Amino acid sequence: MASHQFDNVDRSGSVSGPPSEGDYALDRGFRGIAWFSAALILALVVYIVIEIGGKAMPAIAEHGLGFLTSTSWNVQTGQFGILPQIWGTLYSSLLALLLGGVFGIAIAIFLTQDFLPNRLAAVFRTIIELLAAIPSVVFGLWGIYVLIPLLRPVANWLHANFGGVPFFGTSLSGPGLAPAALVLAIMILPTVASISVDALRQIPYKVKEAAYGMGTTRWEAILKVMLPTASSGILAALVLGFGRALGETMALAMLIGNSNQISLSLFAPANTLAALLASSFPEAGPVEIRALMYAALALLAITLIVNAVGLAVMKFATRKFEAER
Amino acid sequence: MSATDLAVESAIRDLETTPAPKPSLHRAPLELRALKSGVLTGLTWIAALLASVPLFSVIYELVVAGGSRLSWETLTALPPSAFDLGGGFGNAIVGTLVMVGIATLISLPLGILAAVYLAILDPDSRLAHTVRFLAKVLTGFPSILAGVFVYAVMVVTMKTYSALAGGVALAVLMLPTVVLAAEQAMAMVPKKMKDAAYGIGCTRTQVIWKVVLPTGAPGILTGAMLAIAGAAGNSAPLLFTALFSDYYLRSLTEPTASLAILIFNFSGMPYENQIQLAWAASLVLVLIVLVFNILARIIGRQKY
Repeated sequence: MASHQFDNVDRSGSVSGPPSEGDYALDRGFRGIAWFSAALILALVVYIVIEIGGKAMPAIAEHGLGFLTSTSWNVQTGQFGILPQIWGTLYSSLLALLLGGVFGIAIAIFLTQDFLPNRLAAVFRTIIELLAAIPSVVFGLWGIYVLIPLLRPVANWLHANFGGVPFFGTSLSGPGLAPAALVLAIMILPTVASISVDALRQIPYKVKEAAYGMGTTRWEAILKVMLPTASSGILAALVLGFGRALGETMALAMLIGNSNQISLSLFAPANTLAALLASSFPEAGPVEIRALMYAALALLAITLIVNAVGLAVMKFATRKFEAER
Repeated sequence: MSATDLAVESAIRDLETTPAPKPSLHRAPLELRALKSGVLTGLTWIAALLASVPLFSVIYELVVAGGSRLSWETLTALPPSAFDLGGGFGNAIVGTLVMVGIATLISLPLGILAAVYLAILDPDSRLAHTVRFLAKVLTGFPSILAGVFVYAVMVVTMKTYSALAGGVALAVLMLPTVVLAAEQAMAMVPKKMKDAAYGIGCTRTQVIWKVVLPTGAPGILTGAMLAIAGAAGNSAPLLFTALFSDYYLRSLTEPTASLAILIFNFSGMPYENQIQLAWAASLVLVLIVLVFNILARIIGRQKY
């Protein structure tokens, strides 16, 4: 018993005392509870995978891998396939990544490379962080009533004049890929920006001083020294932003048009895995639910892989700097 | 003297006599590289300004379209049916607060206890590394999948959509934020404070309760507030766990209204009244989210 070592101490006249048996019992109990809580998180993740995987099993047995390559979603005939949704998920996320990535990195540079006095930079950072706080549905509503009416004349002009280009192959009648991808880009921008800012801030100040000391212009320093040095952190930002885009649901369900087709056109309605779940799940019958569980498993697999890759890249980036210091 | 030595000597003489071209330490403003730098700087400013347009546009629309409809009636009345005028979303406000409350009650204690294990008790154990990694992966977990999971586990077994299921789904999404923020806050407690406590004979539990948790409290609370703000605005997991209801909440085991789902449902309706209500509900939802966000900032600013 741990308390024995205190037994022979002379405590006459002292106000202090060793922890009582009760204290030790409490200590063991509390540590047990903390361990249990940590283990519970592990169990929760395992349970999520097992539960969704298990519920998808009947559909996997029924449809096999053809589910991933078939294009019809027909409740009457019981034919289910999610190729258009996978296409829509990847296409919209890539478009969003392109836009959100460029703007996110530009903002990270803007915030870290002495464009603004420190106090103003903090204000601007707050603005970008608040963008992340706006709920997905609100962006969806904004997209329907502000963005789509704004986008429609531009899109239809592009279609009328450059209709031969596959990206402008259809006109924008209402919801479609372009507004969805734009809103998605706005939503992942804070993620990309804040992780890139951290990556750029990790670079020791002397690196920048050395570059300026050699007489580089501001942008030679940024493009040839700062960005390459922060590249793995920025890559992690992009991968994690891509992961966010893949799983985003409500704004897409409201803006993408929920149409199961594969088209290169930016203005055609499309669908994503998450939007399919959101729009079909509440009214689905038992047969469709099984197919939806399969789709959920596919989404889970895609996002888990992308996020794990992003975290691995980020860990690599941080470790590199710790070694250099 | 050899020929090479002579050549070197004459070269040195040349250097000494002909004045070297004076290097300019100034960059000509119209030099190509200076121009390039200027153009890129301009583009960055444009990108930064463009990126802040959506936020201001959203806020403007919320205030104009949502603010005009905000009244005591919209905050307390029940949602109108298709052709009705008036109405409100009092039940959705209550539903959102109740479900976020349930989620907080579940995720805060669990998350903080797990963070105690990760930060203090055994930071380098295999369990800690695994849980830390999984928590980070979970922050990027699509929220709709939390809904699918809770649907499979709770809605199917209870045979009803419920506020309880909605709360649990939100708790799943809050948990990783709480764990990671709390762990970071506790890991930042200075080691000498802990060592001093151990030195006077505290058990680890006493150190955690009397030193680590009080010292790390601002950081933990900041994380909690951010998690709550995130959960309040999140709607995807509620779609098929809490569903929706046109009435005030009477029990935790029946379908429950929430602001986010109300906005989602009303946004697609062809009626002017419902669309106005969707904007007003958005304003209220954003205000709720902002309150927790600002609280997080205020608490986080107090440094110990």
